[in-house]
Amino acid sequence: MSAYIIRRLLLIIPTLFLVSILVFISIRLVPGSVIDLMVAQHGGGGDISSISSVEISPEGIKAALGLDVPFYVQYGRWIKEIIIHGNLGSSLWTQTTVTQELSRRVPITFELALMAFIIAQLLALPIGIISAVRQDSLVDYTTRSVAIVGLSVPNFWLATLVMVYPSVWWGWSPSMVYIPFSQDPLGNLGLMILPALILGTSMAGSMMRYMRTMMLDVLKEDYIRTAWSKGLKERLVVFRHALRNALIPVVTLLVGQFTVLIGGSVIIEQIFNLPGMGRLLLDTLVKRDYLMVSGLNITYATVGILLIILTDLSYAYLDPRIRYR
Amino acid sequence: MGNNPEIKHSSYHWSKPIINFLKRLVKEKPLGLAGGLIVLAMLLGGIFAESLAPYGFNEIHLADRLKPPSSIYLLGTDNLGRDVLSRIIFGARISMIVGLGASAIATAVAAIIGIVSGFLGGKFDIFIQRIVDAWLAFPAMILLLTGMALLGNGITQITLVLGLAVGIGGSRLVRSRVLVMREFVYIQAGKAIGASTSRVVFRHILPNVMPIIIIFFTVSIAGMILGEAALSFLGFGVPPPQPSWGGMLSQEGRANMLMAPWLSLWPGLALSVVVYGVNMFGDAVRDILDPRLRGGVGRYSNVKKKVKIKSSK
Repeated sequence: MSAYIIRRLLLIIPTLFLVSILVFISIRLVPGSVIDLMVAQHGGGGDISSISSVEISPEGIKAALGLDVPFYVQYGRWIKEIIIHGNLGSSLWTQTTVTQELSRRVPITFELALMAFIIAQLLALPIGIISAVRQDSLVDYTTRSVAIVGLSVPNFWLATLVMVYPSVWWGWSPSMVYIPFSQDPLGNLGLMILPALILGTSMAGSMMRYMRTMMLDVLKEDYIRTAWSKGLKERLVVFRHALRNALIPVVTLLVGQFTVLIGGSVIIEQIFNLPGMGRLLLDTLVKRDYLMVSGLNITYATVGILLIILTDLSYAYLDPRIRYR
Repeated sequence: MGNNPEIKHSSYHWSKPIINFLKRLVKEKPLGLAGGLIVLAMLLGGIFAESLAPYGFNEIHLADRLKPPSSIYLLGTDNLGRDVLSRIIFGARISMIVGLGASAIATAVAAIIGIVSGFLGGKFDIFIQRIVDAWLAFPAMILLLTGMALLGNGITQITLVLGLAVGIGGSRLVRSRVLVMREFVYIQAGKAIGASTSRVVFRHILPNVMPIIIIFFTVSIAGMILGEAALSFLGFGVPPPQPSWGGMLSQEGRANMLMAPWLSLWPGLALSVVVYGVNMFGDAVRDILDPRLRGGVGRYSNVKKKVKIKSSK
């Protein structure tokens, strides 16, 4: 197992290298007109909240983006900053660095994603199991139909409806002021539960269908027939023989789902006005703050890679056959 | 030459599998059929939007701003007095173009990368797979947003960005199938009798990955439509005044939510119904094309019944 872990961890290096190149190329694709736009907006003076570290001219901004020297020098400089100083760059508009911003915002996105994740699994796994064991029963048909509807209703519409209709009917709408967890844990949870519910239920549909399929696959196996013919009770057959094997692919998918939740939180954070990573990304994209964007993208991708590795490791841990490949 | 296989093939008409497919759809998949009809309705609505919609999608009636649904404006009007029903019908066209276009691009990208990488193998495959790894490390939404920010808003851009983002990830599916097939005896035999690489790829590999490719195409459409709506909702998709359902939800819908709650109802409903239809239809296509999912023998319930009958004897 440890050899496998080491091999898998070593694979992070080339992947991260390629990720950095992808992010790097994306900065270079910034159209020239955008730089002019940035100069114009800076000139308008509307949005500079603090003194900018960058000289406000096309050349100054190019220098800040690192576009004023040859290609390989640009990349070398940029990657050196990240590796040696852990500096992911700083905003073109304000003095804040990406790391500062992230330390404030990552916990919010993480909390939202985690809550949504728990809600999704609490719904999806038990329903998926029941639906598989009672295949083609009324319960199965009902839950499957609900899951398909859940797959089709976009979560941003659901979130919009939650914002609109309660306020039209009862004059109540979700709070738009963020309360940090450290100030008021209960108030914070009360604020987060609604967005988490919407994000979580929108994921539960696909998860439930997957759990059901995997369970059905296992229930067809010979060893389940053996378990039945040994005269075991249904509870034992389902939980001890079937579920354990069906969970292997499900658990590995779970980790990947977390990446989806982090991506999905962008739109939910926007609707519920939560100051998380997604909001930061949208704000910086609108402001064309490309240094901030690339810093954020590197962070997202690193989290993504770690989750992929975690998936592989959990797979290897749960299914010994994988380790010896 | 008398026994040329090409001549034998001529009795096989291309429409046969399609007719077969439709027969099974009607007979075995009522939900899939319903989904197919919804998809058909959307396609017709999108194609004939000009003649179906009572008004133009950007026809402004300043006197009739934020009117609730009535006999003149069946689904009401927005803050500029534009007819919501007309905008939804024209919105179907955008969903259709982006959904089909992006899925087509994604399918082509996935097929090309998957077949080339899987068939050639070796160092080339390893290199390509590391790039795919790197690509998949980004949450999809982040890739899409960054891509749109770099290319700018627009229907062409969003189709391209969605197609590329999904296609590169989807290449894994095709590749894994090609990897298995490469070891098949008939592929080996083809190589052994000296068939050129292009012949092996086009005559042997491609027809056999076709079901996967078709499934990938149909299954990805729903995601593309949702992706377009989500990006437009965030302001990174189809720019106004084009009536994208996602854009209508956030721009007109959220801005006037207290005055005109219907503005945030209809576009989302249209979106949900269409995505539901596409999902159902895609599921049916997958079930019919993939023999492993046809069910029948070996179902748990059957096994359980048999065992119970035996044990009760």
